[in-house]
Amino acid sequence: MTLVDTRTPDPKRLIAGATGDWEIIIGMEVHAQVTSQSKLFSGASTSFGAEPNANVSLVDAAMPGMLPVINQECVRQAVRTGLGLKAEINKKSVFDRKNYFYPDLPQGYQISQFKQPIVGEGTVQVAVGPDKKGEYEEVEVGIERLHLEQDAGKSMHDQHPTMSYVDLNRSGVALMEIVSKPDMRSADEAKAYLTKLRQILRYLGTCDGNMDEGSMRADVNVSVRRPGADFGTRCEIKNVNSIRFVGQAIEYEARRQIAILEDGGSIDQETRLFDPGKGETRSMRSKEEAHDYRYFPDPDLLPLEFDDAFIEELAAGLPELPDDKRSRFMAEGLTAYDASVLVSEKAIADYFEQVVEGRDAKTAANWVINDLLGALNKAGQTIDETPVSPDQLGAIIDLIKEGTISGKIAKELFEIVWSEGGDPARVVEERGMKQVTDTGAIEAEVDAVIAANPDKVEQAREKPNLAGWFVGQVMKATGGKANPQAVQALVRQKLGIED
Amino acid sequence: MTDLTSLTIAEARDRLAAKDFTALELTDAYLAAIDGANGALNAYVATTPDQARRMASASDERRASGTVGALEGIPLGVKDLFATDGVHTQAGSHILDGFKPRYESTVTANLWADGAVMLGKLNMDEFAMGSSNETSYYGPVVNPWRARGSNVDLVPGGSSGGSAAAVAAHLCAGATATDTGGSIRQPAAFTGTVGIKPTYGRCSRWGIAAFASSLDQAGPIARDVRDAAILLKSMASVDAKDTTSVDRPVPDYEAALGGSVKGMTIGIPAEYRMDGMPREIETLWQQGIAWLKDAGAEIKPISLPHTKYALPAYYIVAPAEASSNLARYDGVKYGLRVPGKDIVEMYENTRAEGFGAEVKRRVMIGTYVLSAGYYDAYYLRAQKVRTLIKRDFETVFGDGVDAILTPATPSAAFGIGDQDMAADPVKMYLNDIFTVTVNMAGLPGIAVPAGLDGQGLPLGLQLIGKPFDEETLFRTAHVIEQAAGRFEPDKWWG
Repeated sequence: MTLVDTRTPDPKRLIAGATGDWEIIIGMEVHAQVTSQSKLFSGASTSFGAEPNANVSLVDAAMPGMLPVINQECVRQAVRTGLGLKAEINKKSVFDRKNYFYPDLPQGYQISQFKQPIVGEGTVQVAVGPDKKGEYEEVEVGIERLHLEQDAGKSMHDQHPTMSYVDLNRSGVALMEIVSKPDMRSADEAKAYLTKLRQILRYLGTCDGNMDEGSMRADVNVSVRRPGADFGTRCEIKNVNSIRFVGQAIEYEARRQIAILEDGGSIDQETRLFDPGKGETRSMRSKEEAHDYRYFPDPDLLPLEFDDAFIEELAAGLPELPDDKRSRFMAEGLTAYDASVLVSEKAIADYFEQVVEGRDAKTAANWVINDLLGALNKAGQTIDETPVSPDQLGAIIDLIKEGTISGKIAKELFEIVWSEGGDPARVVEERGMKQVTDTGAIEAEVDAVIAANPDKVEQAREKPNLAGWFVGQVMKATGGKANPQAVQALVRQKLGIED
Repeated sequence: MTDLTSLTIAEARDRLAAKDFTALELTDAYLAAIDGANGALNAYVATTPDQARRMASASDERRASGTVGALEGIPLGVKDLFATDGVHTQAGSHILDGFKPRYESTVTANLWADGAVMLGKLNMDEFAMGSSNETSYYGPVVNPWRARGSNVDLVPGGSSGGSAAAVAAHLCAGATATDTGGSIRQPAAFTGTVGIKPTYGRCSRWGIAAFASSLDQAGPIARDVRDAAILLKSMASVDAKDTTSVDRPVPDYEAALGGSVKGMTIGIPAEYRMDGMPREIETLWQQGIAWLKDAGAEIKPISLPHTKYALPAYYIVAPAEASSNLARYDGVKYGLRVPGKDIVEMYENTRAEGFGAEVKRRVMIGTYVLSAGYYDAYYLRAQKVRTLIKRDFETVFGDGVDAILTPATPSAAFGIGDQDMAADPVKMYLNDIFTVTVNMAGLPGIAVPAGLDGQGLPLGLQLIGKPFDEETLFRTAHVIEQAAGRFEPDKWWG
């Protein structure tokens, strides 16, 4: 792979060293587990959390005479992902064997794609931010390729005093290795890229993106250079399993490399591991110790070939992707920030779309973002666990719009629905939360407040803003049920404040 | 009553149908023959008498109820490379010590589904690597044939030496075998039996321990052409578990027998006339040409210009694939494990003790030719040679040739422990000189006995056909068989 520099050094991304500024160059290889019922080349289940060695077929255990048979669903998922990454789909690709010995690699080789991957070059639009002004910076990260390969099993060294155990449940599970170009220039960009990639995969339903279950892991390539100089020697940090750790690993690794270079040393190309406990990377193996994988085309598998119709059918079935959804939301009147928050997870966007149906977009967005997501966040729950359904939230918004309840009462209503459930309109009815719109009743309250506070009345004539104090008093007296607009109008009228 | 083991499959099939004897009686006759002979010949590495009798009785019951498969009650031997459920399956290797799979290869399952009876597992060169059956962990197989007036033990060829010897010595009615570079055809030629390697993809490879995946193909070894046709019909099938198997109907090969070769064009490749080839081989070849000419075939001299590169290219491609295919035998999951202080030492100890010298040699060659910096020079070039060899055949078949006639082997069977071959592995590899091209091109090839050499040892001819045109091979081989007669060794064992 020829490395091409696609970026112009940006001063705000540079790191200041003792001897001048440095630029970080980052590329990533992300291993994403394909969402599929069965493994890449066998019929064994891919379910997470099964008893050790419960999901192992004869093929996965590399019994003599066993042969791989490609799982068509995994092929479809890879093509879908390629389409989601706006990438070139290769109608002919080849599976190769990557040979090395390891106890959790039963065949003695991993079936992967080396020279001819299923997906070629593509792009991911990454929004870095928001900054303090709530603004995002768009960065384009190139995709070099995506290929299908088998996952390995798991060695367990803590089960026996002298022996290691091997769990082959993951052995043969389909992975997509998504290789980016070296287009990222800061830890924030790398984190934003990984976040965006995960978001796309989740929208597509091709990977669940659960990094804590190992469904997504990143190998991060980091090098540093003087701004605009040639690429430096890179180190690969293997198997980083959270977005936060990716950021920490890059920060640490960049500083480590800069320190070496500023001391007059040179970087050794090597594979490193990130230790989340210590927040540092350490050497795993040097270039000299690197395996010779002896790749060659797997003679058990014919080249993988499909036609345009196959790709077109998958393209037609793709869901709306986050970038498109975000643009649409903005066109419908939302701010970049609101739109970004709402599309961050497909389930949130889906929720919002149900709420906004026939309602004002901004109002719906505020309720979803501030009230619903706020409450979920506080309760440590995800959108899938929400106790308030989109219909319920929609009904609350409608009650405000109709003037049945005030915004303030609506917040109370939301809390009741959140903790007790029920039809919001009926709750309002049963608990007498209806807004008082009877002008006579409100007028009586306004008169009472004015009568009780002659000094404030005097002040308000000088300073019309004080009308708000009267409105607050009336609202308080009516238990918040008075229509605030009506109160406002009456107060101003009685105090003789002109609009 | 005649010795039941002397019957061909076709004969036994008719006599079983006539209820002259039962499948159980036939099976018992074979089990007795194995008991008497295996000490001398070492053709079987495991016999399954109880299972054989159970299968035979079940066959008799099916026959009684009117259900008769194509191989109903026919006792067969199975090369140790095929996985057989619950039965010794070690590919002739120490490294698979004690391995008994819980699955049945597709080819053997097809045979049992057609009513055949399993007698046991047949000896072979370790992981099918060898041309003399001397690389087996279970010791060499002895050829039932001896030179006239000699009691020197000869090799039966390899790697399907146990299959060929058992068929020649009537220790089974027919046998499964596999052929990666000549492992069916060379032992068939050495033992006066018929062996066919069908087109790549004709038989499923599922459940056959892999040697070189792009070359391996199962086929039968039988006493005559008809039996080979009957067996292949049952063995062949498309298989969803082997995506290199081909989905096309399996013809009734037996029906092709007796057809005329009149008007057929038989190609005679100039490149198969090797320097230093024994006169007897040349004479045999000419005899074969004469027989086919007499039968009305047109003889056409042809050229297959890349033939000389086939053997070197084969000895790059096959070991490369083998080095990867045999990586799974690591002591972790099944078979032999020789402990070590850590995982690497355990691997080293297990593979050092578990593999024999020939397997190690090929794993090392294969590892070398695939390694960084050598891949292009060796593996990639060998694959290009392979394309050229394939094209050679396509050209002559495109020019109207129906089948190609060549010698099967450059010599008759040689002695066990041959010093020349022991000293120089390449001399052993030369046994495959006429057969490897067929595997490299994925074509079908059949070896048929055509005569005896001066010492009274069998010699075979090879016919090479177009892809999936096994019928032409059976028909043509049958014409040669009719002209040459059949050859059986004098019984000196048991």
